[in-house]
Amino acid sequence: MKIAIPVIDKNLNSSVDASFGRTNYFMFYDTSTKESVFVENSAKNNPGGAGIKAAQTIADNGANALIAVRLGQNAANVLQNAEIKIYKATDGSAKDNIDALIANNLSTLSDFHKGFHGRN
Amino acid sequence: MKIAVLSGKGGTGKTLVSVNLATVAKSSTYIDCDVEEPNGHLFFKPTILAEKDVSVKIPKLNPKLCTGCRRCVDFCKFNALAIINNKPIIFDEVCHSCGGCVLVCPEKAFSEIDKSIGKVQMGKSGNVDIYTGILNIGEATGIPIISNLLSNKQDTLDKPVIIDCPPGSSCIVMESIKDADYCVLVAEPTLFGVHNLNMVYELVTLFKKPFGVVLNKCLDGDNPAELFCIEKNIKILAHIPFDPELGKLNSEANIVVKHSDKYHNLFSSLLEKIITEVANEATTNS
Repeated sequence: MKIAIPVIDKNLNSSVDASFGRTNYFMFYDTSTKESVFVENSAKNNPGGAGIKAAQTIADNGANALIAVRLGQNAANVLQNAEIKIYKATDGSAKDNIDALIANNLSTLSDFHKGFHGRN
Repeated sequence: MKIAVLSGKGGTGKTLVSVNLATVAKSSTYIDCDVEEPNGHLFFKPTILAEKDVSVKIPKLNPKLCTGCRRCVDFCKFNALAIINNKPIIFDEVCHSCGGCVLVCPEKAFSEIDKSIGKVQMGKSGNVDIYTGILNIGEATGIPIISNLLSNKQDTLDKPVIIDCPPGSSCIVMESIKDADYCVLVAEPTLFGVHNLNMVYELVTLFKKPFGVVLNKCLDGDNPAELFCIEKNIKILAHIPFDPELGKLNSEANIVVKHSDKYHNLFSSLLEKIITEVANEATTNS
């Protein structure tokens, strides 16, 4: 299984970025090889639709699951079309969250926000 | 004569100035281009005479023709398209109606359909013709509504047209002032106010529009916005005091000039000044 996580720094001990669409990097962790790959988030500075583009990056990199703090409805639509499971991140590092997912301790994320689009 | 009223931020007094300028004129047209939150109608309480829908073009995919080549997704700078399992997904509310995907698709898999984004209302209140643009919540841009509002052939020869602009200095403001003969910048007497004034000052300078400043909420003592105007040699058209009487009337959606001689005089003389400025400008440029 390939797990995607928005991270602030390019290492396993990074914290999970609260923003999905505007995170610095995505970490892709392969549970069979135990290898992690970091991909820069090309959507980071886009004025709009960052969540959609970021979700495209997740799908294009072949992830099966995403761990995120929160997620917008548009990004969720893309991920659901790609049949990528979405889990809610808990406190702790990216590594902690991966371990928690493998141990089946993460709940799925299903309440998506409408997107900020300049509003709060 | 088209007079645009703008400011770098909301709550500075654009609508106060616009509504009262329109009211002191013998007859006038008031156009509310603040389509995300039009509030001029709260003061005029116009009788609505006509209403029309404003729509934009958005792409519609014919999945039978799509080969999943992804060119549309790569082209869209607004990220309104994604592609999963070779099937594009269109996000209508993110689309800016540029038509790019339709053009770049080698299979001609896209057609364009109309999507309503809001409406334009025409009404009347006393001697003021009122046009209000209303953008539906969540839409990407109000520009199509503003261009629709301003494309109406309002009589500009014998009566002033007051354009109440959206706040800020972005595309929607540019669209609103594009054809204006004169710009009135409303400013608050704070350092933050100066920052916002500078934004619209740069905008009207860039657009080479004749302009002047109305200093609103004036208190005793130094006014940073006034100092800014003096420093930049910007014409100050009027000082509106920070006055509880004015605040109360305005907050109760009254048109101030109808209730106070003092303000009737202030706004009449402001309008006269602007008309003189526009006339001078016309002479200078002819």
